[in-house]
Amino acid sequence: MSDHEYTPKSKAGKWFNDRLPLLTLGAHLTDYPTPKNLNYWWTFGGILTFCLLTQIITGIVLAMHYVAHADLAFASVEHIMRDVNYGWLIRYIHSNGASMFFLAVYIHIFRSLFYGSYKSPREVIWIIGLLIYLLMMAAAFMGYVLPWGQMSFWGATVITNLFSAIPLVGESITTWLWGAYSVDNPTLNRFFSLHYLIPFLILGLVVLHIWALHVPGNNNPVGIDIKKPSKDTVPFHPYITIKDTFALLMFMIIFAGFVFFSPNVLGHSDNYIPANPLVTPAHIVPEWYLLPFYAILRSVPDKLGGVILMFGAIFILFVLPWLDTSKVRSAVFRPIYRQFYWIFVLDVLMLGYMGAMPAEGIYLVLARVGTIYYFAHFIIVMPVVGLLEKTDPIPMSISEPVLTGGADPALARKDNEKI
Amino acid sequence: MSKEEKKVNRRDFLFTASYTIGAVGLGAVVWPLVHQMNPDKAQQALATTEVDVSQVEPGNSITVLWRGKPVFLKRRTQDEIAEARAVSMSDLPDPQKDEERVKDGKDEWLVMLGVCTHLGCVPLKDKGDYNGWFCPCHGSHYDVSGRIRKGPAPTNMEIPKYEFVDNNTIKIG
Repeated sequence: MSDHEYTPKSKAGKWFNDRLPLLTLGAHLTDYPTPKNLNYWWTFGGILTFCLLTQIITGIVLAMHYVAHADLAFASVEHIMRDVNYGWLIRYIHSNGASMFFLAVYIHIFRSLFYGSYKSPREVIWIIGLLIYLLMMAAAFMGYVLPWGQMSFWGATVITNLFSAIPLVGESITTWLWGAYSVDNPTLNRFFSLHYLIPFLILGLVVLHIWALHVPGNNNPVGIDIKKPSKDTVPFHPYITIKDTFALLMFMIIFAGFVFFSPNVLGHSDNYIPANPLVTPAHIVPEWYLLPFYAILRSVPDKLGGVILMFGAIFILFVLPWLDTSKVRSAVFRPIYRQFYWIFVLDVLMLGYMGAMPAEGIYLVLARVGTIYYFAHFIIVMPVVGLLEKTDPIPMSISEPVLTGGADPALARKDNEKI
Repeated sequence: MSKEEKKVNRRDFLFTASYTIGAVGLGAVVWPLVHQMNPDKAQQALATTEVDVSQVEPGNSITVLWRGKPVFLKRRTQDEIAEARAVSMSDLPDPQKDEERVKDGKDEWLVMLGVCTHLGCVPLKDKGDYNGWFCPCHGSHYDVSGRIRKGPAPTNMEIPKYEFVDNNTIKIG
């Protein structure tokens, strides 16, 4: 993993490093050679780390005041909002933080899709990332249940009932998940326990994600392999740390905008009504970040089929590295795939919108078209375009497009002579 | 069999025995950890509810909570019963006669779980295309007998185990 030998300067440092080479790890992370052409789409890894830590810290604080009991949970959340010092701030950071986390992860995933970061040799990074994404959805879902409002209760009912679609054992699994014969106090209690656990599982997977990243090194906008360290790379610190910090500050401005000026805009007012097992709200909608999958679920007029397709929409991403037949990573050099990429982005956005609309009439028709296209993108477009497409010429190195495109030719010669 | 294989067999036996005992031990430890999540004794104790239905007029219904789920108790009019029985079996996604969904001689009482068989929402009464219930979550329509007619729900609304303790009291569970 380490690209160089490192010896601590101080005697104490050397003594410690010989026993536990943490300082070597630190030096590796500091000097880690990073492609010099990374654009701002590459800053979301750092932003996501920030999001995870924000959720963990605010979450631990909220757990000091929250009560995980069906009779007390709703009131304890109001207690946090009204009585606890800065409770409103911490809760709004936590609830909007979930949305910010998903915003960042979607940008991160779509960046990977555009620049082919999921392709060989980075498949394992991609798969670990998807596992993190799955755990994020589980954590977000369970977290949304904790305030025990109407949306909490009925969201939990609908999502846990997805498992009842499984033939034969479905009902038993659902009862087992509930710990009762419906969503009830035992359900809330265990969701709280698991909601507290999952972020730490994610943290562990993040370590693996970064470890797996540091083996081949970062992909880059040109998508070509680079020698490292070389004139195509810069050390992670200070170059990337500064750039990541700047992007993070921009991100935090948006984050703070939600927290301070419209903290409830991404939520549902129904969740400020205490949970009532006798009345289902007229319009049940999941949080915005799950809407495309919800649209897929509803677009199928069959219970089991809908559930299979919804989970399939996520699991198909796991085999994506093998569905994509193109040797070229970056869509910058793939004129046909590039267009399909943007159609796919629009398709997912459209599905998200359909998920928020009632499942009837034109909305249902469009959701069905969107669902079919979603799967066609992976099963047909990805393999076929990869085989048939005539890609644009790929540069030999990261430096080449910089030096031939408008830069001083004299500089290029000089650069070449050095090699 | 050669001598060599016999020598290996002795060790094989030890391996297999160790792994087997290990697997049984692991299972014995995992099962309590899994089973603790199933409904506990207190949950199971809530499994019956008695309801006084003397105040319900024909055409009206009441909803009670049983095991955390709503149960609809509808006292149907003669017209509604006739309507439910006039439906052809071929029009039903989950064919079931209305007679099978009520107790003999108590035709007017429809007692069923008020839970949509799609994803568990509570359907709204007197709504939908079939004069019965309509689930607002994903648009399932149920008829006056609580049978699924249109939408994603796979089966009719469930009839819980219940009995008439006397003419005015229904025991659910």
